[in-house]
Amino acid sequence: MLGEGIAKGLAETARNFFGSYVSKERLTTVQFPEERLPQPEAARDFPFLVYDGPDWQAGLRCVGCQICEKECPPKCIYIEKSKDKKPDALGKPQFYPAVFNIDISVCMSCQICVEVCPFEAIKMDTEFELSTDDRFGGLLWDKSQLAKSNEHYNKIHPTEAAEVDARLAEEKAKAEAKAKAAVQAAAQAAAKAAEAKASPAPPSAPPSGSAPSDSAPSGSAAPSAPATSSSSSTVAKND
Amino acid sequence: MIETADQIFVILQHWIVGFAPAGVRWILAALFSVIAILGAFGGLFAVTTILERKGLGRIQNRLGPNRVGPFGILQPIADAVKSLTKEDVVPYAADKVVHFLAPVVLVLGAFSVYAVLPVGRNMVLANLDAGVLFFFAVGSVMELSVFMAGWSSRNKYSLLGAMRAISQMISYEVPLILSSITVIMAAGSLSTVAIIEKQAGYTGILPHWYVFTPWGFAGFVLFMIAATAESNRSPFDLPEGESEIIAGYYIEYSGFKFALFFLGEYLGMFAISGMGITLFLGGWGAPLSFLAWVPSYLWFFAKLLAMIAVFIWIRGTLPRLRMDQLLNFAWKFMLPMALINLVTAGLWHFLPQGGLRWLVCILMVVVPYVLLGRGLMQGQRLEKRVYQFAE
Ligand code: SF4
Ligand code: SF4
Repeated sequence: MLGEGIAKGLAETARNFFGSYVSKERLTTVQFPEERLPQPEAARDFPFLVYDGPDWQAGLRCVGCQICEKECPPKCIYIEKSKDKKPDALGKPQFYPAVFNIDISVCMSCQICVEVCPFEAIKMDTEFELSTDDRFGGLLWDKSQLAKSNEHYNKIHPTEAAEVDARLAEEKAKAEAKAKAAVQAAAQAAAKAAEAKASPAPPSAPPSGSAPSDSAPSGSAAPSAPATSSSSSTVAKND
Repeated sequence: MIETADQIFVILQHWIVGFAPAGVRWILAALFSVIAILGAFGGLFAVTTILERKGLGRIQNRLGPNRVGPFGILQPIADAVKSLTKEDVVPYAADKVVHFLAPVVLVLGAFSVYAVLPVGRNMVLANLDAGVLFFFAVGSVMELSVFMAGWSSRNKYSLLGAMRAISQMISYEVPLILSSITVIMAAGSLSTVAIIEKQAGYTGILPHWYVFTPWGFAGFVLFMIAATAESNRSPFDLPEGESEIIAGYYIEYSGFKFALFFLGEYLGMFAISGMGITLFLGGWGAPLSFLAWVPSYLWFFAKLLAMIAVFIWIRGTLPRLRMDQLLNFAWKFMLPMALINLVTAGLWHFLPQGGLRWLVCILMVVVPYVLLGRGLMQGQRLEKRVYQFAE
């Protein structure tokens, strides 16, 4: 009969109206600034630079290799490499970024910079309340604004950060073992050389002297191999 | 005491007017009433906008506006400030004079009809002998202003909206007036005050409102459906269908003129609801005899708010009609129902009191309803659509 459907509809809306006052499940609104939902772990918006230890300037993992600058699709990263070297977290002298700027008004949050970085130095942040009244300067972040501690990273992406930390620790242990081995080899070589000094020196002695310096490039090359695998693992996770 | 509370505004008016010299008293009295009407219904407009937004929100399981003031009750003020500070854009090709006049005419027309609307005992600006006629005559000024707006904007969408509005309003004006004629027949007067007085008595505790008769009930429902269409409210909001013609006839209005259109539309809704209350719901009369001590104007506004709540409820429930559905409904259902209802009202008048009268009149309402409803629904079955070429 005419009007049946209308009556049904009116009953339904009346149920909604009164139901929204009594049942919490019906009213799904989250009153944002006061109430917040926890962000999902995979949330991301803009990159930040990770540093270890208490001092952000000393602990910055970035070595200014500029790979991310080259790979960034909208070209929103600007890096100036330093002229001098500073010891990094492992105590090895490294270049560092003298200037590291990201224009987050241009950044499209693609995470490519994170995936190409061989040093786990740049990661995605989850901070999204970034509105500013300065359209240009306010959204161009330099390295002091970008630097955030590893603890922060562990807080926003716990699983991913734990993996990264484990990998870095493993690399560190490997590098230390290698350095130790190199030192031992050097000591052995020195002992051998001292032994050989008594007898007439063989022509094969000089290569043994270059052994300690050989460990440096192999040490810096080592992280790059796992880094590629780490990037592929982040890709897999993000899918 | 009760008498004083009921007549407080009338006494106040006499007191203020008493200070003026005798020659200008009538002007002052009229001015007092006009200001009271402007204030009361303007305020009601503000309250209704927030109630509507909140109510619709709740119907859709949302919260509605709740940021301005406690529970968002100051939202109308924020809206007013916003619409006052917005830029007023007039299209280059528009007919500037008509474009400017349209909202003004709308609001003027909407306010003038309140002159014959009794909001309480002795509280009517002008007790015209042809009050109902005046109401509908002035009320149709709104159609004119809608067409002025649509035509002067020089915009296809607004013209389409205006055409829709005209065809809709003319179609629904017929059942609207036919259903109110039943009351005029029964009351034997066109004066709104007299119509209310006719409904003033009580049987037991129940009042003699016309809505409690078979023809009155049918007339009331028909009247309210037609009133919804007349005031362009959902589900009859085709003239301003946002999804089809963006905003219809007021697409080219911004800022305060847009707010005036809004105001005019709501005022029209209040006025026609007030007329429905006057004709069928006993005006300012109390619904139960022992509640008669409550001041009459409170009853009027309580009834008005109840009607507004129903309007909001309907708006939150029904989707917009299609143009052919709208016109079919008007001409194939509403008009025959209203005509049959006229006959029913006549029968009611001439049949002797008793059960037979009730039986005959109820049948006269129910049978046409069922049959006409069936006719309207014919060929409207929902079927699975067959796509010729897509298969
Ligand atoms: S997330 Fe993408 S766009 Fe943003 S800085 Fe990194 S590479 Fe560039
Ligand atoms: S790729 Fe990594 S290490 Fe290289 S510049 Fe970018 S953030 Fe620094």
